[in-house]
Amino acid sequence: MHELSIAQSIVDAVVERLGEAEVTCVRVEIGRLSGVVADSVLFCFDLVAEGTPVQGARLEISEPGGRGRCRDCGREFDVADPIVLCPGCDSADVDVLSGRDLRIKSVEVKTACAPPAVVATRPESG
Amino acid sequence: MCTTCGCGDEAGVRVTVPGEHSHPHPHPHEQPDRTVLLEQRVLARNDELAERNRSWFAERDILAVNLMSSPGSGKTTLLERTVRDLAGELPVSVVEGDQETVFDAERIRATGCRVVQVNTGAGCHLDADMLALALRSLDPPERSMVFVENVGNLVCPALFDLGEDCRAVIMSVTEGADKPLKYPHMFRTADIVLLNKTDLLPYVDFSVDAFLSCLGKVNPHTAVIQLSATTGAGTADWYGWLRDRTGQRVPG
Repeated sequence: MHELSIAQSIVDAVVERLGEAEVTCVRVEIGRLSGVVADSVLFCFDLVAEGTPVQGARLEISEPGGRGRCRDCGREFDVADPIVLCPGCDSADVDVLSGRDLRIKSVEVKTACAPPAVVATRPESG
Repeated sequence: MCTTCGCGDEAGVRVTVPGEHSHPHPHPHEQPDRTVLLEQRVLARNDELAERNRSWFAERDILAVNLMSSPGSGKTTLLERTVRDLAGELPVSVVEGDQETVFDAERIRATGCRVVQVNTGAGCHLDADMLALALRSLDPPERSMVFVENVGNLVCPALFDLGEDCRAVIMSVTEGADKPLKYPHMFRTADIVLLNKTDLLPYVDFSVDAFLSCLGKVNPHTAVIQLSATTGAGTADWYGWLRDRTGQRVPG
């Protein structure tokens, strides 16, 4: 259940970067080859967000697929499975180019009500 | 519409004296959320601490080995034997990771080896911060070897860099030969795979060839050593591998 630690890391990183700002949405990328189950992270997120400025925020997860390059035959291909075999020559000697990333992409933050900076004057009509 | 700041009527006239509009009146000032780009790795904090551990080991000329396996594959038994057999060559110390109890640490301490136990409670793996904390208590000497026995689990520890020099994954012949395919993330990260309990091969239905074939599909470059922590068969190869890793510092 390392997804609990992953969820905790997401919340910690967001709070560290944004302090007390009220966060309404967190967007993360969980690569399909990362070994992390997106649904479990979603399940844990609300638990660990409780009592932090991230509480109540929506977690949006994208799950990009993987790409690999065979070191034997040089072929580049999509990788959907954690057991990576070259579809051309069946070699397991594959350089995984992407799909293992766990990244926090962006967050949505509630904008504080700040007094307008510009003084506008216009004669009232009517 | 708020007659002071004009909110609620975006097109209307707004008159404001900067700094004097304190909003004592209750009304929502809804504004669109602001997007902040972060673009950072989720485990950045752990990886940063792991790098710190790695430098700490390097400065002290310490070889750190992360031992991982499922529960019951013989990690602690192998460690007991390894610690005893290497004790005359160079100082060895151990960090034990388990959810609860200090049983394993007591077994290691009985060998005369320096050891600390980390109990993770609900946690299913060690992380770099836990190891840093343990190292402060362990205080291993310079020019030594530190074994970190991770929590028995073939899933979670794979993801967490501790700052180790190498990862050893242990699997025993009483387990299924297809385990590398079932837990590819763990076996993929191994620098060496130790197939333990080979003394039981005559009594169990385990095909070493099938195991090696499965392992080759997830990690074609890993070293593999077959051994028995109980009888000692094959352990010389394991020690040889460790000696190579310590850069010939250990007298053969």
